[in-house]
Order: sequence, then structure tokens, then C-alpha cells
Amino acid sequence: MSMRTPLGKVRGLGSAKSGTEHFWQQRITALANVPLMFFLVVVVIATIGADYAQAKALLGSPFVAIGVLAAVVSGLVHMRLGMQVIIEDYIPNEAMKIGALYLNTFATVLIGIACVWAVAKLSFGA
Amino acid sequence: MSTSTTKSSRPLSPHLQIYKLTWTMVMSIIHRVTGAGLYFGTLLLAWWLVSAAIGPGAFATAKAVFGSFLGRLVLFGFTWALFHHMIGGVRHFIWDLGRGFGEAERFLLAKITLGGSLALTILTWIVAYAAN
Repeated sequence: MSMRTPLGKVRGLGSAKSGTEHFWQQRITALANVPLMFFLVVVVIATIGADYAQAKALLGSPFVAIGVLAAVVSGLVHMRLGMQVIIEDYIPNEAMKIGALYLNTFATVLIGIACVWAVAKLSFGA
Repeated sequence: MSTSTTKSSRPLSPHLQIYKLTWTMVMSIIHRVTGAGLYFGTLLLAWWLVSAAIGPGAFATAKAVFGSFLGRLVLFGFTWALFHHMIGGVRHFIWDLGRGFGEAERFLLAKITLGGSLALTILTWIVAYAAN
């Protein structure tokens, strides 16, 4: 017999007040990252021998731009979740831990915005 | 009311230095280290993209840095960390499905992760040099 209330069962949350989102997001982004990172490696290799105009045209072309952005977003979400675990594991001081967690989020968002800006400018910019 | 003295005298669970080093343990540590390394690799990727967006001058500077000996060394490490973390992640998917927990399987997965990551890294660099 379960001691849980019907509402508790529906919500599926324990005392931590959050479910398995962290684990699940980590796994989903991991799955997405496998093809996306291969794509990213191919794109980087393709730009090695290219001059600036060729590299700009490649990175700004629809297929490559969308693929690079997908890799960046999926990679960043995965990266943030992973670093969160490392911070929670190794920083015992509560204030420092919370500070590091905020820093982790800020850094991730900032890197994301920088990449989105770059790909957008390469795609639409002069 | 607990004080800091009672807190520090609590029994601690055994940590890394207590255990004999095993392959699966080393692979777990490398998975975490490569993950953390990729965090900083992402900064390089962002810099590369932003430099391309800024213009030919900035892109040439980034290209020169990445093309230098030290730059190539870092990028080689970046490539290896990426593939090692990727295969290590696939290993986690296998474990998520409830498979690969036997002693021989765990050891095999460790060998595949190490060998596979090195092979993919070297292959990538051969392709990169051959294509350019």
C-alpha cells in the first residue's frame, strides 16, 4: 500500500520538490550531441583551408548555421548540467556553491548569446 | 544545536584514496575531467564563431592562434576529450538500459572508450590534414 496522496502520485515529485528533469535533460542533450558534435567537427575541418569569404559563406549558409546553433544550444545545456553536478559534488561551502552555480548559469547563457549573435551576423549581416 | 566540532568529528565515508584504483574508476574520473575540459573548449568554439562574425582581421587572429603549435596541441586535446566524453556517454546509455554491468563487460567498455576515443581523434586529424 502506498502512503502517497493521489496528487503526490500525479506530480511524481519526492521531497526534493523536483523530479528527474536534470537526469533526463542530460540524457536527451547527450543523445542529440552525438550527431551534432560530429557535424560540428566536419564544419570546423571544412573551414581550415577556406579563406575568410568562403568560411563566412559556409558558416552563414542555412543548413550549417542551423546545425551549428543546434550543436551550441544542446551542448551548452548539457555542459551547464554537467558542471552543476561537479560544483555540487566538490564545493561544500553553501554560499560558495550557490555563487558557483549562478556563475555556471551566467557563463552558459553568455556563451550561448555570443554564439547565437555570431551565427546570426554570419547569416544575415553584411 | 550542532557546533562545528561535532560536525567535523562525524564519521566520513571512504573516498578515492581508500580504494584500489580500478579501470572503471579511472574511466569515470576521465569522463568527468573531459567533461570539465569541454566546458573550456566551448569557450574556444565561441571565440572562433565570434571572431568569424567580427571580420577578416579577428578571424585571421583566431586562425593563427589555433594554427600555432600550442593551438593545435590544445585542439588535439579538445578533439580527444570530445570523443572520449562521447563514447563514455554512449557507455552510460548502455548502463541506463541495464546492460554492461558484468566484470568482463565493464572492462570491455573501458577499453572501447579508451581505444575508440584515440582512434576517432587520430582519424579526425588525418582527415583534417588530408582535406586541406
